[in-house]
Amino acid sequence: MKKCSILLLGVMFSLAGCSGEANNNVVKVYNWGDYIDESTNRMFEEETGIKVIYEVFPTNEEMYAKVSNGNATYDVLIPSDYMIEKMINEELLTKIDMTKIQNYQEIDDDFKNLPYDINNEYSVPYTWGTMGIVYNTSMIDEEIDEWADMWNPKYENQIFMYDSERDAIMVALKKLGYSMNTKDPSQLEQAKQELIAQKPLVLAYVGDEGKGKMENGEAAMMLAWAGDAELMIGNNPDLKYVIPKEGTNYFVDAMVIPKNSENYDNALKYIDFMCRPDIAALNMEYIGYSTPSSAARELLPDEMKNSEVAYPDLDLINKEMFTDPSSMLETYSRIWTEVKAASK
Amino acid sequence: MMNSLKRIYLGIIIVILYAPILVLITFSFNESKTTSWQGFSFKWYIQLAQNPSIQSALRYTLIVAFVSSIIATIIGVMAAVMINNLRGIKRQFIMALTYIPLLSPDIVIGISLMMLFSTINVPFGLTTLILSHVTFSTPYVILSIMPRLMLLNPNTYEAALDLGATPLYAFRKVILPEILPGVISGAFIAFTMSIDDFVVSFFNTASGVNTLSIQIYSMARRGVSPEINAISTLIFLTIVIILTIVNIKASRKMKLEGVQK
Amino acid sequence: MNRKYLITPYALWSFIFVIVPLFLLVIYSFVKTVDGQVIFSLESYTKFFDPLYIDVLLRSLRLAFITTIICFIMAYPLAMILNSREFSNKTMILILIILPMWMNSLMRTYAWMILLENKGVINNILNFFGLPTKQFLYSEGSIIFGMIYNFFPFMILPIYTSLTKIDNHLIEASYDLGANKILTFRKIIFPLSFPGVITGVIMVFMPSLTTFMITRLLGGGQVILIGNMIEEQFTRTNNWGFGSALSMILMGIILVSIMFFSKNETLAKGGSLI
Repeated sequence: MKKCSILLLGVMFSLAGCSGEANNNVVKVYNWGDYIDESTNRMFEEETGIKVIYEVFPTNEEMYAKVSNGNATYDVLIPSDYMIEKMINEELLTKIDMTKIQNYQEIDDDFKNLPYDINNEYSVPYTWGTMGIVYNTSMIDEEIDEWADMWNPKYENQIFMYDSERDAIMVALKKLGYSMNTKDPSQLEQAKQELIAQKPLVLAYVGDEGKGKMENGEAAMMLAWAGDAELMIGNNPDLKYVIPKEGTNYFVDAMVIPKNSENYDNALKYIDFMCRPDIAALNMEYIGYSTPSSAARELLPDEMKNSEVAYPDLDLINKEMFTDPSSMLETYSRIWTEVKAASK
Repeated sequence: MMNSLKRIYLGIIIVILYAPILVLITFSFNESKTTSWQGFSFKWYIQLAQNPSIQSALRYTLIVAFVSSIIATIIGVMAAVMINNLRGIKRQFIMALTYIPLLSPDIVIGISLMMLFSTINVPFGLTTLILSHVTFSTPYVILSIMPRLMLLNPNTYEAALDLGATPLYAFRKVILPEILPGVISGAFIAFTMSIDDFVVSFFNTASGVNTLSIQIYSMARRGVSPEINAISTLIFLTIVIILTIVNIKASRKMKLEGVQK
Repeated sequence: MNRKYLITPYALWSFIFVIVPLFLLVIYSFVKTVDGQVIFSLESYTKFFDPLYIDVLLRSLRLAFITTIICFIMAYPLAMILNSREFSNKTMILILIILPMWMNSLMRTYAWMILLENKGVINNILNFFGLPTKQFLYSEGSIIFGMIYNFFPFMILPIYTSLTKIDNHLIEASYDLGANKILTFRKIIFPLSFPGVITGVIMVFMPSLTTFMITRLLGGGQVILIGNMIEEQFTRTNNWGFGSALSMILMGIILVSIMFFSKNETLAKGGSLI
């Protein structure tokens, strides 16, 4: 018995030892799931000797819930535009010393001075993209080109919606021809009714797991981001991506540093590293999203570089960006609960 | 007739219980990442050895399980011995306290601890994980020791004291050997509960400290990598092997004792 | 042993990590913040009394009931079979039943997703035999199935334990006195196994009522239960007050149902079976 417990203690301490030593020189990164080529983290570790502690979140809202309560410490976050705006407003972010980000010059001017961070003080763009519909041409004969197609009873139980209140409400509002940032109660009420009406047609409200299912032909149509669509089409050429003509969400995800970061300098190095064109290109090739840096885009394989899915002509799209939703959160949550609780 | 019906029923239940496990093990040897069979391969086991995030999750899972089950066992043994001596309202009070975590839903334990840690500003991570695991597993340790203690003759302990043993010595020589099976099974329950826990950990960790369960949950929502199948298979097999060895030893011991008698 | 201080660590631990958190739960459920000022408010509770949330609660109760009843109907005969004489290696079979619990429960639930998908293993087998694809997933049915699968062992173990404790002489005596099998079961076996049944019912009902993971993985977001609503208040909506109030209501329901199902004594007996 005694030997046993000594052995146990030994194992315990050696285990604890492994994890303890790592705590000195680290950068803690909190990013979307499936949103990086993890080998770039290893390359960063090798180049700088800073260990990357990497964790993922499924939605902006879940990231915010964890970070805003103050007891979770991360050094680099990669939220979307409207969430960055909200976090700046709530003073959760710290300014980034842009003189230390040498590769910031690689970011195209199109992605600077955007409304969520008008003076480029808090964020460095990581990716951008649009939201649209991915559909399986072997299951759908007609041309899909508008949100209303997701309400077509022909496709009952063949539609995947995204399990994220903001994106689902965006789709309904756009279908109705409203702004996705509307605060008008009657417009939101109509959007809710649309979503409830759509529920019987929806096979499932999915998260990222929907991508693999869609590739396997589990559903015929799915609400998806362009980057995910790019990868899905790579795995199953029958799939096709469209940006509906009613207009859509145009987003930028950017790297920011939270106020309670304990490794500010390492965070700067990490952000700088991720902006380097060769690294950004590696990441974009892996995740399928669009890079805000022309230099990085040049390094991509041809079919990706010229992809209309990832790099649509922004001037031709009827696009809109989300804004700080703080005052509307209760309303959104209520709408979404009603949709989810509605009988199928 | 009746007999074969029983066997069929038992068989169906066993099949249902093992179907998903079979699927997981099978797909851990699948060449492809998708859920269609593309040929046999050890690829995911090899990649497992190079995947830092799964390795760190495994490490945290084991650290938390070892540390929390040891603390829970120590606290639990001390508490159980004392509860056994308490009578009346005090005993009822402590027992009620013991039943609270047992009868509270995981999700309530999880969020209430989360609120505690945020209120008193304990940063989420390894510490909060261990504290919360000790909290939900200690009652199981106590409850697995109590029945043994009730069988104990209190006079033997008194006798040891009368014969000049220090309380600690008397505890080690008189009480501990009697309750040891209960202590061991309690520690084992605490350990496995900690390894399998998802809900409480989910609310009480952050900053890159992940257990396997949390890793699996975040992956299940975006396609589980077959490496997770591989590590689950390994853990499962380890436990099957340990249980088999323990059982064989136990049955041998039983046989030996039977011979001696 | 009069060293009462030995209990201090446990008492202290329970106070800090059990009592205080529950106390916080109560407080959070009764306050709200207005202009940075924390004031007493019943808002979180009044918010709950809304057909929308009541509906979610009722659905959760219904699914938990169905799960518990099916688990009971499946487990009792199995426990009887295990306890019957013709199986010589009962321990072996019992271990066989418990063993799957050592595979991570999330993994097992996830595996059912692979099995039950429209393009999943079972549907592939159906298609192979020329049968049409059947949609198993993304419904209340698949959630109930997942809960039964996950919590079934919690029902079988206590029932089996209480059956093994029944003195065989009682049963023989009943036969000797002329009772037939059914009467013996009704008057002797079932009443004596009742504490095990109660423990099993509580141990299945409680996690079924509160799960949020099974709904997420097998329900495809089509159904939301009270567990999901609580989780959402803490991980997405960030409304701790409402989340706490929901938890308080949930605790209340569980407490009432436990009191309804059992008196203290049977609970204590059942509890020691764990």
